[in-house]
Amino acid sequence: MKKPGKKIKKELTIEQKINRRNFISFGAFTVFAVGAFEGWRWLYKSPNETAGITGEAHRPLRKALNKTEIFFRRIAFSENHLVKTYPREMAAKHVRVNSDIGLEEKNKFDPAAWKLQVIKKGGEILQIAIEEIKALPKTEIIYDFKCVEGWDQVQHWAGVKFSDFIKHYQLGDYAKMQYVGMETPDKAYYVGIDMPSAIHPQTLLAYELNDKPIPLNHGAPLRLIIPVKYGIKNLKRIGTISFSNTRPRDYWAEEGYDYYSGL
Amino acid sequence: MKTIKEKHSLAMRWCHWVNFPILTIMIWSGMLIYWANDIYSITIFGHTFVKFFPDWFYKTLGIPQRLAEGMAFHFLFMWFFTLNGFFYILYTIISGEWRELVPKRNSFKEAWLVLLHDLHIRKTAPPQNKYNAAQRIAYTAIIVMGIGSVITGLAIYKPVQFYYLTWICGGYHLARIFHFALTIGYVLFFVIHIVQVILAGWKNFSSVITGFEVNNEKPKPAIQTLKKDEEAR
Repeated sequence: MKKPGKKIKKELTIEQKINRRNFISFGAFTVFAVGAFEGWRWLYKSPNETAGITGEAHRPLRKALNKTEIFFRRIAFSENHLVKTYPREMAAKHVRVNSDIGLEEKNKFDPAAWKLQVIKKGGEILQIAIEEIKALPKTEIIYDFKCVEGWDQVQHWAGVKFSDFIKHYQLGDYAKMQYVGMETPDKAYYVGIDMPSAIHPQTLLAYELNDKPIPLNHGAPLRLIIPVKYGIKNLKRIGTISFSNTRPRDYWAEEGYDYYSGL
Repeated sequence: MKTIKEKHSLAMRWCHWVNFPILTIMIWSGMLIYWANDIYSITIFGHTFVKFFPDWFYKTLGIPQRLAEGMAFHFLFMWFFTLNGFFYILYTIISGEWRELVPKRNSFKEAWLVLLHDLHIRKTAPPQNKYNAAQRIAYTAIIVMGIGSVITGLAIYKPVQFYYLTWICGGYHLARIFHFALTIGYVLFFVIHIVQVILAGWKNFSSVITGFEVNNEKPKPAIQTLKKDEEAR
């Protein structure tokens, strides 16, 4: 006996099945397509981050860059991973000059009067002449210098390992901090480097290019050569070195580039 | 009588349609990056046939002076591109669908016949299952290319930390060229793919959204015999 009022579920005809599945599939497809498009528009039009240590990047993209930095520092970075080195014949004779920010002629600079300033706790400043630095153990490197723009060139640099420099001047306590900041004497160019990259065995305070003193346009008398970073981090003409546990200001990070910029 | 024939799995349709916008964004942001050092061209005996890319092209698409932005987009969407591809490969392996996709021993010979057929030079095409020989090659090649993009990409993204990948790619310089060439490959694939989809028609296209195709089949003779049986009673 059938209960009154309760409909029997009729088997759908093939035509109904087709229509139903088409409706669901195309409906879902449209919903996802509109959602994806709206999501993209949201991201593309998302406001820039507040200008600070980093700037000029869409806020969600900056977040992603910082998270990605953490990921790759954790899974990939090791001081045992060395940049590939080349025989000296392969080093470029004409070394590319890409930028003179921080070296502008209008800001008078006297290489003879230059001293490296290391800023220590309590405002104490360590002043070091280039001769003192040249007296430290010299390290050479011939490697493929990589620019963030996409070009690369095999170059031959020499100087003192940053880690040797730290040891010699007994800055070990400072090297336990998280970042090193370097600025040109005119303060026009500045970089922030995470400590693991700074004390990487191939990071140099360089004073020689192709066995000769570095020319002015390449950052005489002393520049940073840090093969685990793009060229933008290889500050020319170091004026001051400081240490901190927060990110020091960084010229290109303010312009929308990744703060880490590690290779 | 109409029948429903299941054709594409939900996972395959999902990966396909998710990949489309992601790859578009990767190619676009890749161009923003490439612009900063746009040195590639096809030059034979001193004559440049194609320069990547001409100024009008950059201007039309609003490419110049956006390196930082390009990198920021590229290094976010690389995650989605990789994960989506990884999920697809994992799915084809687990489901066994790879059997329909990977070229067989005779696929390369057959693909030639398919090509001749598609160009209306040959009347008959070789018999096929879900995908013909040319499709097997194309759809497998595109996955290999995807893996290639991830590897060459990592090789130029972290050439010190992933030095072994850079080494496999023949160095930093060559890795960047491969990474670029693969992108040109995607664009060529896309053009051919679109032409083929248009030629194959609506039924084929809609099956990549709905997952099924509708076939018109003649009524089965089994029904007639059944009637005869009834009459005999």
